[in-house]
Amino acid sequence: MSGRPQPVEGRLTAREAGLVGCRRCSKVWPLDTQLCGRCGATLRSRDTTSISRVWAWWVLGVAAYIPANLYPMLRTQTLVETQEATIVGGAIELMQHGSYGIAIVILVASVLIPVAKFLCIAFLAMSSQSATPVSASARQQLYEIVEYVGRWSMIDVFVVAILASLVQLDYAATVNPGPASLSFALSVIFTMLSAQAFDSRIIWDGIERSTPHAPRDPQPTEGSPTP
Amino acid sequence: MTQKITHTDDLIACHGCDALYRVQMPEHGQRAICSRCHTVLVAPRRRAGMTIVMLSLGVVILVFGALWFPFLEISRSGFHNSATLIDSALAFTDGPLLILSLSVAAFIILIPLMRVMLILYVLWPVVFDRPPNKSAATAFRLAEALRPWSMAEIFAIGCAVALVKVADLAQIGFGPAFYMFAALVVIIAVQDNQMCRWSIWQSLDETDRQA
Repeated sequence: MSGRPQPVEGRLTAREAGLVGCRRCSKVWPLDTQLCGRCGATLRSRDTTSISRVWAWWVLGVAAYIPANLYPMLRTQTLVETQEATIVGGAIELMQHGSYGIAIVILVASVLIPVAKFLCIAFLAMSSQSATPVSASARQQLYEIVEYVGRWSMIDVFVVAILASLVQLDYAATVNPGPASLSFALSVIFTMLSAQAFDSRIIWDGIERSTPHAPRDPQPTEGSPTP
Repeated sequence: MTQKITHTDDLIACHGCDALYRVQMPEHGQRAICSRCHTVLVAPRRRAGMTIVMLSLGVVILVFGALWFPFLEISRSGFHNSATLIDSALAFTDGPLLILSLSVAAFIILIPLMRVMLILYVLWPVVFDRPPNKSAATAFRLAEALRPWSMAEIFAIGCAVALVKVADLAQIGFGPAFYMFAALVVIIAVQDNQMCRWSIWQSLDETDRQA
């Protein structure tokens, strides 16, 4: 089983102890320290610009996602015909060919996940500013899922890249990328930046404020860092 | 001031929720987890440093191999074509799509390669008991910042999707680079799993102080 690290003074956050924790290397410094002496990261007890940066990237991400769905992703030319397929159109076509598995992968990766990500990030940003019935640990989990899953949306861009480089068979068949590939890639990148800008410690601060401020099972710890 | 810093030396703040803990090094193979938000704080592995260095060397060799050989081959009614990884990365050639080409090349080749080279630079001296390189901290910080942008494994799944998409259009064959790339994806995953960030920072810190 996992080892249990010893909480300091019942349960205290670095901020409450007058300290600041480095988000990159977890080292703890006095609250007024500017730069982490171990890894050189900028120290901020709470990132106050976090939420506005989240929203800025979020708006860009949503804006880029709209043309990504309107314009064609792929342009396929064979001897008999030229086809242009949007993201959803391509998936429907795959279903008509009977490849349901791949169609579902594409729909999940390029429609379901991006839309769910937009909604989740918006919810996390809003709920950190006002009260919410959703527990902090559930929101933390949601944040971790959003951060982990976000990169996988790039899969559709890579598929287009592979097809476009591979299927260059003169008259027999040619595949070329459409303008949607660029705006889709931008949308994924902006959404990833939006999720990265979020300071998850804010999720837990609300909890600390709403519960009466009494540390659980306070046991005196020798060499406690409280001033 | 210095007294305060020595006090904080045995403390660790959860980067997920800011909870404060006293460091207790878990046994090899076990993990110290934040009891509030369940973020993994410390997860040391036995001989992890050496394992990571060896895997990183493997990644560097495989990346160069995968670049050299054809990746996928295709044929239909007499026409034949084969694409290397670079071809795939640079598939978007006209106008504004060129930006996309460059970022795809970065996501699947440059960034994964840069990450392992940075990690080698950081860990090599640590593993062989030498003082860390001068800018080891900067290098490891950069390697960590690049982590979400290293998308080799996503590209590998993309290949599978692409294959099915073309299956009824033409005939597909795997080139040697495809297998190299598949091995690469597995190695990168194992390497990530072996890496305990906190232990690496700690080792840089300690060797620094002795020097």
